[in-house]
Amino acid sequence: MPASALSERRPLGDRSFQVLTLAAGLLVLVILVLIAVSTSQQASSWFSTEGLKIFSRSWNPPANQFGALPFIYGTFIVSVIALVIAVPVSVGIALLLTEVVPYRWARPIVYVIDLLAVVPSVVWGLWGILVFAPWVQHIYASIGSGVNGIPVLGNLFGPPTSGASFFTAGIIVAFMITPIVTSLSREVIATVPAIDREGAYALGATRLEMIRGTVWPHSQGGVVGAVLLGLGRAMGETIAVALVIGSSPTITSHLFAPGDALAAVIANEFGEATGVFKAGLMGMGVLLFVMTIIVNVIARGVVERSARRKRGA
Amino acid sequence: MQGRHIGRVPTAGLAITAAAISLAACSSSGSSTPSSSSSASSPSASTAKLSGTLNGSGSTFQLTFQQTAIQSFKSIQPGLTVNYGGGGSGKGRTDLASGVVNYAGSDSPIPAKEEANFKGKTVLYFPVVIGPITVSYNLSGLSKPLQLTAPVIADIFQGKITSWNNSAIAAVNPGVTLPSTTITVARRSDSSGTTANFSEFLVKGAPGVWTLGTSSTINWPAASRGGNGNGGVASIVKSTPGAIGYVDYADAKASGLTFASVKNSAGDYVAPSVSSATTAANNATVAPNLTFSAIWAPGAGSYPITYQSFDLVYEAQSSSQTAANLKGFIGYLLGDGQKLLPELNYAPLPANIDQMAQAQLSKIGSSATPAPSSS
Repeated sequence: MPASALSERRPLGDRSFQVLTLAAGLLVLVILVLIAVSTSQQASSWFSTEGLKIFSRSWNPPANQFGALPFIYGTFIVSVIALVIAVPVSVGIALLLTEVVPYRWARPIVYVIDLLAVVPSVVWGLWGILVFAPWVQHIYASIGSGVNGIPVLGNLFGPPTSGASFFTAGIIVAFMITPIVTSLSREVIATVPAIDREGAYALGATRLEMIRGTVWPHSQGGVVGAVLLGLGRAMGETIAVALVIGSSPTITSHLFAPGDALAAVIANEFGEATGVFKAGLMGMGVLLFVMTIIVNVIARGVVERSARRKRGA
Repeated sequence: MQGRHIGRVPTAGLAITAAAISLAACSSSGSSTPSSSSSASSPSASTAKLSGTLNGSGSTFQLTFQQTAIQSFKSIQPGLTVNYGGGGSGKGRTDLASGVVNYAGSDSPIPAKEEANFKGKTVLYFPVVIGPITVSYNLSGLSKPLQLTAPVIADIFQGKITSWNNSAIAAVNPGVTLPSTTITVARRSDSSGTTANFSEFLVKGAPGVWTLGTSSTINWPAASRGGNGNGGVASIVKSTPGAIGYVDYADAKASGLTFASVKNSAGDYVAPSVSSATTAANNATVAPNLTFSAIWAPGAGSYPITYQSFDLVYEAQSSSQTAANLKGFIGYLLGDGQKLLPELNYAPLPANIDQMAQAQLSKIGSSATPAPSSS
């Protein structure tokens, strides 16, 4: 089959560039697949010994029980708390920067927020356990004793309370994901055409009505995508969560109680783990890997779809 | 394409990187000198000039000792660079099995399920250091230091005894008025040999009472607080009135904690110290391969929560230079290095164990130069 006339005449530089970039792209895919395959292999003894019990509630290595549910629960709860705190704050800041603040002040504020992203995870964790947790435990204790006995609030915020807990980890992770959600939301909101905004004002809308009527429908896909990306980041945060979550594998509704999460338990226990225990930790790494890939794929899909709709409109 | 000369910033970056790499290369020139040709005749390690690099990893209990010993060993054998990476006993054994390191620090012998990883090669155990684990607490206004027994400690750490003025604690502390403060249990959030040995003490000393088993990680009651490393537990105890935790002796002394005297198998209350730890090791039963556990050791002055750490080395080394380096460094740890221990708040090995370990050094050989048949 003769090659097309066009590719025959393409210069060597172009062709080798194409090959190089193709190789680079394939390399990334290959590495991802290799990571997935090799970690699953290392975890195979856990999957085979425990079978479906990998989702059981009891994690007790001395008694050879390796159920991962407490950690899946912990990762989920910390991420939800982080999102509940970070999303309103981040979207609020994004709206503030695009709608309210004059352009001169917007740039330095963006700079300061991006500095939050630069702080290393371990520094967040150290600050959390040495400064924040001791200070906040008294607040938890007073809230806890205050709501003790009240039906729903007591179950969520009642005792036992501890400085190192699900809620503290959620707050720290919220600090860490705010910059990324803010900057992505801000970029999406800034693409709303000025003509739509001015049209709303011309019809007599207040600022809030303008935001609800023109900005939000236009940018909701992108903001949801940004939130999902923040969620992916929150699920994978390791050292900051490991230091402040309290290392107690329990499933409890009490948010001020100590807990444990997938990434945190791997970081804490890997040094001395052997046999099925180590395979279990690797298996939890595989679970986390799969969960974050799913969340990121959904996030990218949502962002892509909303971008396509924007372009179409 | 028209040539574009590299801009100023990338050039500066390249120059700085090149300078940094060449500085690093120059400062490690010791490792590039060829070994002397005296490998045929092997004089005792202390007089021969050693060169090369030794890598170790494993137990964090040994970490301070290894770092200090490596520093002072450098003045004796400047040509030999030793690196010890820590990372936990489990990591050390894994690294040794995969050949990543020359020696591994481990607080316990290789467990049965890991033996397969070593593919039948003989591993020599060299005990190098002993230390007590303290039961540290934060209570002010006591007329005397606390005394505790294994069953009482077990119930405290299991969450069955929740306040300091509990009758069980008062029974073993006659004449001391205990406050009604709630007990906060501090324990490790990461897996550790310290936890494994502390729980082994509870299994041996409180057999019917302690139900959580022994392992480098325990399923602690939910109300307990986890700290990262001995330092983390020490800081929880220090900052929380009414806290109690298990902290190794060096970290407890460094943080200025108060520790309890613990009742040993002979019925005496013994305080943790360098001498009571060495006494415990002296009374421990040593296996032919030099492994032993000083936990719950018999004898009147033995501190019952004393633990030990070993350096693991393959009997057959691939190169005679590595064999000589290992003999030299581990010989130092067993000889003059032991003098460094009391200052670091560890306990030196008792004389009989030290002698057996030094005699075992001659077993390290290589296929090039077979080990002599008797020391």
